Amino acid sequence: MSTPAYEDHRTDAARTGRVPSDPRPRTRSRRTRTALAAAGALALLTVSACGAAKTGGGDSRTVNLHTPSWVGAEVNTAVAAYLLEHELGYEVRTRQMDETPAWDAMSQGKVDAILEDWGHPQEEKRYVQGNKSVVPAGELGVTGHIGWFVPKYLADQKPDITDYRNLNKYADLFRTPESGDKGQFIKGDPSYVSYDNALIKNLGLNYKPIEAGAEATHLAQLEQLYKNKKPFLTYWWTPQWMNATVDLVEVELPPYKEGCDADEKAVACAYPDVPLKKWMNADFAKEGGDAAEFLKNFHWTTEQQNLVAKYVAADGMTAEQAAEKWVKENEATWKAWLPKK
Amino acid sequence: MSAATTSRPPVGGDSTRAPAAVTGRRPAWRPTRPATPLVLLVLAALLPTAALLADGGWPQALSLDLAPGLDTFADWVVDNRETHPVFLYFLLHLSNAATDSVAWVHDLLTATGWAGVLTVATALAWYAGGAGRRGAGPALVALGSLAGCGLLGLWEQATETLALMLVSVAVACVAGLLLGLAGGLSDTAQRILRPVLDTMQVLPSFAYLLPLVLVFGIGTPSALITTVIYAAPPMVRMTTLGLRGADPAVLEASRSLGATGLQRLWSARLPMARPQLFLGLNQTVMMALSMVVIASVVGAGGLGESVYQALRTRDFGHGLTAGLAIVLIAVWLDRTTAAAGARGGVPVGRRGTGIALVASGAGLLLGPNLGDWPEAVTVDIAAPLNSAVDWLVGAVYQDVPVLGGTSVWAGNITSWVLNPLNNGLQALPWWSLLLLVGAVAWLVGTWRGALTAVLALAATGVLGIWSKALYTLSQVLVAVALTLVLGFAIGILAARVRAVERLLRPVFDAMQTLPQFIYLIPVVQLFNAGRVAAITAAAVYALPAVVRVTTQGLKQVSPATMEVSRSLGATTWQQIRDVQWPLARPALLVAANQGVVLVLAVVVIGGLVGGGALGFDVVKGLTAGELGTGLVAGAGIVCLGLALDKLTQPADRTPSADLRH
Repeated sequence: MSTPAYEDHRTDAARTGRVPSDPRPRTRSRRTRTALAAAGALALLTVSACGAAKTGGGDSRTVNLHTPSWVGAEVNTAVAAYLLEHELGYEVRTRQMDETPAWDAMSQGKVDAILEDWGHPQEEKRYVQGNKSVVPAGELGVTGHIGWFVPKYLADQKPDITDYRNLNKYADLFRTPESGDKGQFIKGDPSYVSYDNALIKNLGLNYKPIEAGAEATHLAQLEQLYKNKKPFLTYWWTPQWMNATVDLVEVELPPYKEGCDADEKAVACAYPDVPLKKWMNADFAKEGGDAAEFLKNFHWTTEQQNLVAKYVAADGMTAEQAAEKWVKENEATWKAWLPKK
Repeated sequence: MSAATTSRPPVGGDSTRAPAAVTGRRPAWRPTRPATPLVLLVLAALLPTAALLADGGWPQALSLDLAPGLDTFADWVVDNRETHPVFLYFLLHLSNAATDSVAWVHDLLTATGWAGVLTVATALAWYAGGAGRRGAGPALVALGSLAGCGLLGLWEQATETLALMLVSVAVACVAGLLLGLAGGLSDTAQRILRPVLDTMQVLPSFAYLLPLVLVFGIGTPSALITTVIYAAPPMVRMTTLGLRGADPAVLEASRSLGATGLQRLWSARLPMARPQLFLGLNQTVMMALSMVVIASVVGAGGLGESVYQALRTRDFGHGLTAGLAIVLIAVWLDRTTAAAGARGGVPVGRRGTGIALVASGAGLLLGPNLGDWPEAVTVDIAAPLNSAVDWLVGAVYQDVPVLGGTSVWAGNITSWVLNPLNNGLQALPWWSLLLLVGAVAWLVGTWRGALTAVLALAATGVLGIWSKALYTLSQVLVAVALTLVLGFAIGILAARVRAVERLLRPVFDAMQTLPQFIYLIPVVQLFNAGRVAAITAAAVYALPAVVRVTTQGLKQVSPATMEVSRSLGATTWQQIRDVQWPLARPALLVAANQGVVLVLAVVVIGGLVGGGALGFDVVKGLTAGELGTGLVAGAGIVCLGLALDKLTQPADRTPSADLRH
């Protein structure tokens, strides 16, 4: 396919590369050759492009699932994949990628479903309301909660630190070279839902939000600070498997009221609880048969998810092994997800 | 080994520059310049005054917000990509062809089996090395590296990566050759190509991943195209260089024998350019391999995915294991292509060819029957690696007697170097900073260079990212300074003590080929997330090239000169300072320039560990789906690169001098 473009460069080069003293006829013949080559290339392009390309899609016994970056959601995929393969006889291909690319892949049918979504308003506007290529597939059953957290050893020492009104009093505790004369607030991964900058400004807090980079580096940073018993204030969320190894206490923000987060610049209240959602490619939802039905039924609790996540993150199993172990021990739960015959 | 290492620094753009700058020739005329001390004095007086009297920063009125427009474009692509003819009849064909070809190569590799791939690769390396005893080295390296991948338990992932790499290198080479032909034969094409190639290499690939995903879809197509964009430039540059370096006498002879242009190209110019073509291939392979992890960000799979997954779970050991497999593949391909280039076109002979063919055939027959790599023949090095790193971090993080520990250093650098530098830059009014950059670029190089530098820096203001650009600039400056100090020190040592050089070589090879994602976690654990972590990651990446160029430059000083200075009673230190240093100056300038380019290349990686500003915005653009943010920040990095390049580029470079070999 790419030949035409290069052909151009070649002929261009040949033309400009000619020596002025060249006798006329040779230039002439070269020009003819150039024209011929260009025509040939054009013909090739026309022939190869005469049919419109296929746009995605796959055969019906294969299901493509998104494997997200964090362990909690990874085990959703692992358990669903295990059941799809062993109970319903599908072939499952899992694709690991970032969330935004995953949404795009889902709209193109290269990923059939996303099983845990914390809210992507921009993508929902683009693909759900916009070109209608993605449809909701119900709730996962797990409720996500985002908030500001401090380590427990700090809260034990200064019990009143867990109220946002007292944060300014303790700003000095959180000072680092990066934050200068303000307290340091550690932010989460750039792709996660957050309005920390607005919160800090609107609540009049003497803190500087610091980007910790990706989720992995954010976690590494917290782990390191926790191990060394340093004070820190961070964006944090549950369910999160690392809660099994670090003990964090939530800082109370002004309570969430319906609509108080409508204007992103004026937010001055806590994060809402998020019932995590599932999404599907629209065509898959219609024609996916048992697999689509099963994924719509897939529904478990925070405790169940955390248990499997712990198998992976703390006990060192692979996601597949963890899924297998859980499936063997919890038949009653997943039987209900299988499509009714 | 030697051919391989000279070809190493995997950032192109510069492989062509090094010889030019080293042989540098002063042009006959240059516009008169004011005396250096005078300019510096004026600036020293002017800048603080300006900072005091005027407001810092870039005026809002002179900036332009491109982000909304770019986001609208993204929406348009999403809405139209399944119906618009440009997609249906052109782009989707490209996308499907990419997927199919990589899948085909992967199926082929899987069907051949590990034994088949091993024998064919070994036979090919042996043949490329010139068969017989000369081919033994490359053949052994090929065998060892590939077996190593299996031994690490990553054979399957390695074949996936290999399939993507083979296809992208093939595409990059064809594209590179054709563009290189254009650049080699036509001055106009050459002039147009140069800035394009520079941009292709400095623009962070994270910045264009999202548009590629929107247009070509997730997975193989985007991964392939990203890799090709990044890996093709060295092939273009080396082809151009090879064609332009052809001996005019030979060309004249072939013309007088009546050869047409095409015949001359085919029978004289291309064969003479053979060493450069192979060097270009070698560089292209290396650069393609450095994209393995980035490719997995958009779902390409293979070894990159293993590295990425290990980063997510903060499993350093598994990340390094997968990284080592990438290094092994790099070593194998490096030695094979370097050997093919070094052979210099000597034919192998019928016997060697026959043996290679028979061996490959036997491998192909045997391979499919042996199945997967046996699980019993693998070693797990992840666990010991993890405990080693944990121990190291625990030992040096804090409370180290006298020295303080890495977290203390990081704090000090932030408080005493980074913060003042950043505050100073932010306090300067925009025009005074442009004046400073222009003056310094003029003193270092030409007035043309100065103009480019000023325009590039001004462009960041116009794009509305002035303050962020300065924030990033302060980090880049510190990282470059750190790299140069360390690099020159190690370089001097390596040039003097052969054992040190020999010891460092494999370490540096690995440092340059290992994906940076692997050491992000230890870097954060040691220095805390923030700018110092970002600077450290950049220095680790840029150091090897700086050391290499420094060592080479110092060693090029003729032994006779050294002997004379010694007999005149110079001490070692005097020898370094008064003889080697001045004589090696051009090479050292190249080292500085390399340092700048390489540090800028990993600004985005810095964004992942808390560097903030432009690098972070590029990451955010991709992960949060903000096309505008990512592209504008990427353009900002290119602008910074352009400005810094002019600030570190010695004067004696005319466009034609660039391509002299």
